[in-house]
Amino acid sequence: MGPLIVLLWAVAVIAACLVAGWLFRTVAIVATPHTIKRELRTAPLTASFGMLVIVIYIFVAIFAPLIAPFPEREIVGPEYMPWDHIHLLGTDNLGRDMLSRLIFGARNTVGIAFVTTALAFLIGAILGLLAATVGGWLDQILSRVVDVLMAIPALIFSLLLLTIFGTSIPTLILVIAVIDSTRVFRLARSVALNIVVMDYIEAAKLRGEGLWRLITREILPNALAPLVAEFGLRFCFVFLAISALSFLGLGLQPPMADWGSMVKENATLISFGDITPLLPAGAIALLTVSVNFVVDWQLHRASGLKE
Amino acid sequence: MSHIWKMVFKRLGLGFLTLFIVSLLIFLATELLPGDFAQEFLGQSATPETVAAIRRQLGLDLPMHIRYIQWLAGVLHGDFGTSLANHRPVIDLIGGRLGNTLFLALYAAAIAVPLSLMLGILAALFRNSFFDRFVNASALTSISFPEFFVAYILIFWLAGMGGMFPSMANFRGDPNFLDMLYRTFLPAITLTLVVTAHMMRMTRAAIINLLASPYIEMARLKGMTPMRVIVRHALPNALAPIINVIALNLAYLITGVVVVEVVFVYPGLGQLMVDSVAARDMPVVQAVALIFAAAYVLLNLTADVLATLSNPRLVHRR
Amino acid sequence: MSDTSNDTRDPLLTMRNLRIEGRADDTWGEIVHGIDLDLYRGEVLGLIGESGAGKSTVGLAAMGFTRDGCRISGGEIRFDGIDLTEASEATKRHLRGARIAYVAQSAAASFNPAHRLMDQYCETPVQHGVMGRTEAENDAVDLYRRMQLPDPEQIGFRYPHQVSGGQLQRAMTAMAMACRPDLIIFDEPTTALDVTTQIEVLAAIRNIVEQFDTAAIYITHDLAVVAQMADRIKVLLRGDEVEEADTRSMLAQPREDYTKSLWAVRSYARAEQPPVAEGTVPVVSIKSITAGYGTVDVLKDVSFDIHQRRTVAVVGESGSGKSTAARVITGLLPPREGEIRFDGEVLPPDYRRRSRDQLRQAQMIYQMADTALNPKLRIRELIGRPAQMYLGLQGRKLTDRIRDLLSLIELEPDEYIDRLPSELSGGQKQRIGIARALAAEPKFIICDEVTSALDQLVAEGILKLLDKLQGEFDLAYMFITHDLATVKAIADDVVVMKEGRVVEQGLKADMFRPPHDPYTELLLSSVPEMDPDWLTNVLSDRT
Repeated sequence: MGPLIVLLWAVAVIAACLVAGWLFRTVAIVATPHTIKRELRTAPLTASFGMLVIVIYIFVAIFAPLIAPFPEREIVGPEYMPWDHIHLLGTDNLGRDMLSRLIFGARNTVGIAFVTTALAFLIGAILGLLAATVGGWLDQILSRVVDVLMAIPALIFSLLLLTIFGTSIPTLILVIAVIDSTRVFRLARSVALNIVVMDYIEAAKLRGEGLWRLITREILPNALAPLVAEFGLRFCFVFLAISALSFLGLGLQPPMADWGSMVKENATLISFGDITPLLPAGAIALLTVSVNFVVDWQLHRASGLKE
Repeated sequence: MSHIWKMVFKRLGLGFLTLFIVSLLIFLATELLPGDFAQEFLGQSATPETVAAIRRQLGLDLPMHIRYIQWLAGVLHGDFGTSLANHRPVIDLIGGRLGNTLFLALYAAAIAVPLSLMLGILAALFRNSFFDRFVNASALTSISFPEFFVAYILIFWLAGMGGMFPSMANFRGDPNFLDMLYRTFLPAITLTLVVTAHMMRMTRAAIINLLASPYIEMARLKGMTPMRVIVRHALPNALAPIINVIALNLAYLITGVVVVEVVFVYPGLGQLMVDSVAARDMPVVQAVALIFAAAYVLLNLTADVLATLSNPRLVHRR
Repeated sequence: MSDTSNDTRDPLLTMRNLRIEGRADDTWGEIVHGIDLDLYRGEVLGLIGESGAGKSTVGLAAMGFTRDGCRISGGEIRFDGIDLTEASEATKRHLRGARIAYVAQSAAASFNPAHRLMDQYCETPVQHGVMGRTEAENDAVDLYRRMQLPDPEQIGFRYPHQVSGGQLQRAMTAMAMACRPDLIIFDEPTTALDVTTQIEVLAAIRNIVEQFDTAAIYITHDLAVVAQMADRIKVLLRGDEVEEADTRSMLAQPREDYTKSLWAVRSYARAEQPPVAEGTVPVVSIKSITAGYGTVDVLKDVSFDIHQRRTVAVVGESGSGKSTAARVITGLLPPREGEIRFDGEVLPPDYRRRSRDQLRQAQMIYQMADTALNPKLRIRELIGRPAQMYLGLQGRKLTDRIRDLLSLIELEPDEYIDRLPSELSGGQKQRIGIARALAAEPKFIICDEVTSALDQLVAEGILKLLDKLQGEFDLAYMFITHDLATVKAIADDVVVMKEGRVVEQGLKADMFRPPHDPYTELLLSSVPEMDPDWLTNVLSDRT
């Protein structure tokens, strides 16, 4: 392929994506209730495309067993078979159907990343809001602990912890969630710190409101927008971190289908000019790009509303 | 001026305290390791007598705090202990690899930092133009790509099909400097792509954040050119955030280096760490983690001090 | 200032049918609807109006400049023969700073924190090629001296954060003068300053404009200020011109109803109350309070009483400790020494130790209604919550109470009960703040600068409402303000504070009658009056 053809292809793919995004937005505007409709109208094509991709991924993850032509872990043919009409994307290094593993990978990789992010948020956001609201020694202790934990690079820290605790799925989820919750803590705390200086918080304190109501009714609703955006970004980080660990052979373990390890297992094909191993990597990239596009739109909207 | 130095020394003190706690953390992590160190060191052939002997020899029968002090003292003298996997001193394993990793990180940083600062400033200058949108969307896309994806795409295009660059970082035959640059081009450019996107976006955001300030409007109302408004009025005030952005991303290089080294079979610290984690070779993991963490802490510390020194409110007090 | 014989010459600046649009939610709406304006050399034109009148937008348009999100959609701006709506960016850039200069509202925010004052001063003349660096520096010292800045030789070598607000404002005026422009736009240059500082800055600005015979557009919302500065006044309302006349005739006989109503606000004052009988127990009494943050005492030995059905105005400039006094009373800042009594009983110093009933009895209304109301809660919950919490109201009873409260603050219950704060105007938000305080059925309300963020007409409405409610519910008010006109309007008793101490206290009538404490005297004499000769007279009195 000459550079010109590559360029043409790239332009065509981008155009197709934007058209798909436009179609999705048009359909979505018709199909949703009034309040959401108004928001959707402000979505740029990139964000519309992102939403479309996210919806597709969720669909594939939920209905994986129904969509996949072959089972996840079964050897169905010789190794490294090329693309044909039975095995649409060929087979992998052990002779398992590539397409089916790709589809099951959506469930495993995305599912685990989602659970991990949710856990990280549960820990980080609760402690962050608490630290900002209560202040004093609680804030000091939590902040210093987080400072120290954040002084070790995330990937290195998780490698260290995984060496110690082993690489089962629960430890993987727990280790990544704890490490990422420190980042969530920082954000939640700083967002909440900007809110607790507001007069309405002072008014609520003087009224004699308890801590629970202060956090849930007065602070959380005002911190929600940045936290939701952060959830999207955090998901991308967690997703990439888990994929990287799996790629290094230290994340999700075989025979489970997982995009990161699928790249690793079949990487040899790349030097022979076969792009099949790039597909799972592309699947990862596509999802993170999509989430980022949607988050970018939301952040832009939030900053626009402030003015 | 003395107060500013007091502030700097305070930061430095805090930084070294953090480093100390991090080393403690990494040391304690080993203590959580199930199984006995001596047992693993000897492997299958261990008898209770030899285990006890090796425990005494390695000082494992001593209380934890004494062992920590001994370990730390060793580290400060460059003695990281002995590898479990091949029974060689850890320092021998690390030696050359540390240099290789530093070379790769500096190579990438030397391209990425000027490039991303330039792109960030230009995007801020021409904000909302086609150029800005294009650079932004590309940056967002490349942030979203896993490092190994970027690496394999580059291999696919630049090594596999055209054969322009080597896909494996081959260090045989004592290459000269230019040769080294050529042979490590692909891993360096992979790292560059990943880091540039982050850095460029953050630079742009830091500058645009300031463009809404009244003093920027004032500069425009004084009839200054757009370039002067950015360079003379926005940039000096954006220094602190930009320094932090650079530090953050150089620190990110440290993490990125691990995956990239594995893809390109580059003989660096990252690969050593991954191999040692797989082999559960704790002394090596400990040593490498400590080196990475120290680099990370020192980078952030440097940024912190530089940002303090760039703030006129702190340097020139009332 | 000049006489009116300049009609025969060509104007320096003309605007014809100027229209400006602003963008909100991706749609453009007109915010300035066809303004005509003529300004002659050496003349000062006052632009006045409330917030949203478009005065700053018009002022900036005189430089051919619009803020982000605004654009000129029609009409013509002609400066010395150059049409600024047609001119290229480069042409306009050469005019800005050199021939048309700008002085911003907040000098503290408009000076670049990264550069010394002198570097910022020299930038304009050097970059525009008017003079060299050394010449500019010497000129700066001369102008600093004329602006009566202390230590004019050295002050230029300081950074903005090392210089006080009033001095910065003068340094900014000097900077605007650097190229001896034909026209200067003053955009509310004294709004952020205390009155005693404001008078010095006003005098310096007027002095220098006269010395160099510079034309100026002086933008402000303060009628008394504009009366001192301008030859002619133009009144704007929501992007339209109301009327224009020379200053003296405008002050003497405004033609339009809107202008008249602006003038009338100043005359509002409530009926005088009889003094408190001897031996009455005050609702709130603070005795010998000393309080502060860290080791710094912000309040020093402060005592005063507040009685039922009376309003005590606590007056002072920024840093006088008046807001700290409120924080001490509410229990947010426990004092180091002294005690607070409520109905004769000593209150626990920390609000967390006060009973729910003690908390209920003392309520607070804040200066910025925007930050005082949780933007995510509806009116129903905002004012229903205290009633629910303190009085245990539920369901129908609660809704009825909320509706009653809305009627009390003169807002239609059906229309407003389910709104969010963002769907209200500034004055309405402040009314909700009042309703929230009333919902607790308190005896005592602290009003912290409640009208200072509001336009005059709206502020007057709030004052009248507070007055009415006091009569209805026998409330005691502590009214924190820096504005003596508000004190005149609403207070029974006055406490004057300076640097954390009470300088003078007593009945309002006594306070406004000599003899005064010297600081009170300075404060009183610094409040601008609606007399064009006021500034001249005060200055000559003081020397």
